[in-house]
Amino acid sequence: MFKLFHPNRIFQITSKAPKYILFLFVIVLSVGLTEALILSPEDYKQSDAVRIMYVHVPAAWISLGIFSSITFLSISGFIFKNKNFFLISKSLAPSGFVFNIIALITGAIWGKPTWGTWWAWDARITSMLILALFYAMYLISWRIYENEEKVFKVTTFITILGIVNVPIIKYSVDWWNTLHQPASINILSKSSIHPSMLFPLLIMTAAFALFSLLIFLMKYNTELIKIKNKGLDRL
Amino acid sequence: MINELLFMNGYGVYVLSAFSFTLLSFSALYLITKVQFIKEQNKFVAKFGSLNSEKAKSAKSQRINKEILANATNN
Repeated sequence: MFKLFHPNRIFQITSKAPKYILFLFVIVLSVGLTEALILSPEDYKQSDAVRIMYVHVPAAWISLGIFSSITFLSISGFIFKNKNFFLISKSLAPSGFVFNIIALITGAIWGKPTWGTWWAWDARITSMLILALFYAMYLISWRIYENEEKVFKVTTFITILGIVNVPIIKYSVDWWNTLHQPASINILSKSSIHPSMLFPLLIMTAAFALFSLLIFLMKYNTELIKIKNKGLDRL
Repeated sequence: MINELLFMNGYGVYVLSAFSFTLLSFSALYLITKVQFIKEQNKFVAKFGSLNSEKAKSAKSQRINKEILANATNN
């Protein structure tokens, strides 16, 4: 089954896909920005400051999703001895890291008008900062270790340690008395967010997901060409 | 209308700086990734060009190498 994921087979698709994904991303982002900045209503308590949610929340969701995927792929790569899983993980990490930074910075910008401070050592914010450190360690490991086996081991170890932090981020607002508000959107129970705000949030999430897919494909193609460059040296 | 949109009841500076930071980060990540991709692609084309005809024939037998060369000429 893993032969289906062989780089030689999928390069044909991954090399052509970015231009279509970029086109779709620009359209979805334009709709999302119009909804988020103009059409969506202001909040009765936070007024227009609530609009920061449309970049902050999708960025946080996607950075968590990407880290979870990286962990799953790294462990699978280790179990099934499949290098391509590591290559996919490596290509996903840069966008996950950038989304994590966006979530932290936009959270700080949102914190100032609503809490009166840019930063608080609150459980949710601190655990998101720790996730950014795990992302940084993961990316640095790929740069400093030359040996393939070693880098696979080290990056898998980092993701296993880092994944412990993901449920802490998710439940920090329930487990501790935090400054950060509890989740407004629940998959299993009724969400407290109004549909007029949920719709732009979902559009912006789709736009961010498309952007991370675009960066992943470009990065993955770069990694494949890098491998092929090494192959030409050996000829 | 424009003033209202920019002022946002006094929160405009916060909202617009959050959106600007996000879009700037997107642009920077896209450009960095694109530059890295083009650099590797050009390296591949240069290396391929320096191969002798026998080695080039052997390298071209791999579908992925043909794809990389085709993409490089299209870009």
